[in-house]
Amino acid sequence: MFELNAHLREMVEAHAPSGHEGPLRDYLSGVWAPLADELSTDGLGSLIASKRPTREQQPSLRIMLAAHMDEIGLMVREVVDGFISLHRISGVDNRVLPAQAVLVHGRRPLPGLVAAKPPHMLPMAERERYEPMDHLLVDVGLEPAEVEDLVQPGDLITQDAPMIELQNGRLAGKAMDDRASVAALTVCLQQLQTLQHGHEVCAVATAQEETGLLGARTAAWRVKPDIAIALDVDFAVQPGVEADNSVELGKGPALPVGPNFHRKLGERLRATAKRHEIPLQGGVISGASGTDAWAIQVARAGVPTALLGIPVRNMHSPVETLDPRDIERAGRLLALFIAEVEGDFLPAAARKGDTP
Amino acid sequence: MNLDLMRKLTDARGVSGQEEEAREVILAAIDGHVEDVRVDALGNVLARKPGARGADLPRVLVTAHMDEIGFMLRSIDNDGLLRVYPVGGVDARILPGLRVSVGPAGVPGVFVWKPIHLGREQRTVALDNLRIDIGASDRAGAAAHAKPGDMITFPGEFTTIGDGVVRGKALDNRAGCALLVELLQGDPLPCDLLVAFTTQEEIGLRGASVVVEALQPDLAIVLESTPAHDLPDLAADPDEGIAFNPSTRQGAGPVITVMDTRVIVDPRLLRWLRATADAEGIPHQIKSAHGGGNDAGAIHVAGSGVPTAAISMPARYVHGPAALLRVSDFEHSLALLRAALNSVSPALLAHD
Repeated sequence: MFELNAHLREMVEAHAPSGHEGPLRDYLSGVWAPLADELSTDGLGSLIASKRPTREQQPSLRIMLAAHMDEIGLMVREVVDGFISLHRISGVDNRVLPAQAVLVHGRRPLPGLVAAKPPHMLPMAERERYEPMDHLLVDVGLEPAEVEDLVQPGDLITQDAPMIELQNGRLAGKAMDDRASVAALTVCLQQLQTLQHGHEVCAVATAQEETGLLGARTAAWRVKPDIAIALDVDFAVQPGVEADNSVELGKGPALPVGPNFHRKLGERLRATAKRHEIPLQGGVISGASGTDAWAIQVARAGVPTALLGIPVRNMHSPVETLDPRDIERAGRLLALFIAEVEGDFLPAAARKGDTP
Repeated sequence: MNLDLMRKLTDARGVSGQEEEAREVILAAIDGHVEDVRVDALGNVLARKPGARGADLPRVLVTAHMDEIGFMLRSIDNDGLLRVYPVGGVDARILPGLRVSVGPAGVPGVFVWKPIHLGREQRTVALDNLRIDIGASDRAGAAAHAKPGDMITFPGEFTTIGDGVVRGKALDNRAGCALLVELLQGDPLPCDLLVAFTTQEEIGLRGASVVVEALQPDLAIVLESTPAHDLPDLAADPDEGIAFNPSTRQGAGPVITVMDTRVIVDPRLLRWLRATADAEGIPHQIKSAHGGGNDAGAIHVAGSGVPTAAISMPARYVHGPAALLRVSDFEHSLALLRAALNSVSPALLAHD
């Protein structure tokens, strides 16, 4: 019996920053293998699960689903008197680091803490600003010689932040961005075990999204999809975030409009959601979406692309917070769309085998 | 160090004024090792451990405060997020993205933080402008699990890390409580010990200010945890030298206070503690005139005045969700305390 929260916990508690997605790929290969006909890996390490059609349909499309499996992280800059200074891997927020528990992936994993000066003796001027990244140190509770022996520049450092359950079934943890979306892909593949579908599905857990949408670019080249739907987290309503730039937790995935997205593909997805009474929210992205959709749209000769967003609070913190019902809805919507969509709903979509 | 005791003490939740959980752990741990146990009007645990030659020797009060810093629920916003007041010295700079436990049931919550994608402002956001999310979608939903006045603490997640280091919340000052409990569980001493586990230290030494009247000691020793920040200072200007005073160092043994903002330690007690440490070969360090204060500030001016000293354990990152304490510093502190108490004599309080 598939349990969404347990699946999500396995993923968000794994340690796999951009470029080092191995642990997640291994775990996910085990979960996806029985759900797909073939698993493959592209040159950057994205995991591609292909599922052939289970019924006859003409024309038959190849539909790419993409969610990134990498997470933001840190890297050892140098060891200073037994303490560890930091480089960031992509969009880490220096302001959430002090006093957080981390894991230093040296010769063996070393639990540590990001040091924070005690307030007792901090000059007033220093209390008024957050510590910049290059002043932060990690303490692993070992003698300097031992740290020198176990840790070297370039070693990974990840947040040590177990997933917790809040009220209303909401969940908080690290790397919900974007393993919440990877979980939605798993839900979709699960549902496709019983739904007959006439299109080929390629579910992709992409690598290195956080470092510039790199895995999506190479995976899309390899998959050569007719249409694509990327999934990523979207800003949820919270203090400090504009109401018209956010969506609500627990009210369904977001389906934004904008130049990154194919209008008719979006409309067709919305029609499926309406038919099956799956709540869906909107959104406006006037340019770069900052998601895999941005890279996939311009893969090869161009791909009609849409984006589904899972509402998440506190993005890029160790307490990214979401409502897992939104994940289940996104996965179910994808499966129903794949099972029901007409192969010619989008005349512009290049067919498999066509050479543009 | 009794790790099981330290786990129970640091995982217990008790901000100033709501020390019940910590007090229960302490009462259970000292049961059978002390006499005249009572809880006074401020919630202090008072007790006595008679000494073999108690009638001939000064009566020594040993104290440790059992409250911890944290928050108190102030109000609930319409969107179900919680506003809080600080209880004691909380540093707003470390709060973004931290986890907390709300109310007596320990409902999990998180400090809400605006994503870095939407702003990188580096000026500290004051606690007034931070909110805690327990997962409720509106005020009524939150009110079912939390109410104004509820205490909010960091979650208790005691563990050991590195080599001989314990990590836990509230090591300030459950470490001092653990030290006192282990002293009481040990062999009897020559002098009478008067004992107080005090409340409300973090909001102004409130509990300690009433224990002298009840116990009438001749001298007092306060057991504490004190900040150590003996890290390289990457913010320091290399031409200006060290910018940040580490105050004390981990692994260098118990910290003997000479002076802080609230007390000038009686020189007789200072000499006694230093001579004892030297005679026993116990590593120790001196802390002077570098801010801070502890229950000694209240005890030494209580009644007609009580000569008071403080022995502290150097702990990193106190007042945060997880402090670090070296087991060796705990053991050396206990050794110093025992040796000093074994050598208490009437001459100790003779004036020069």
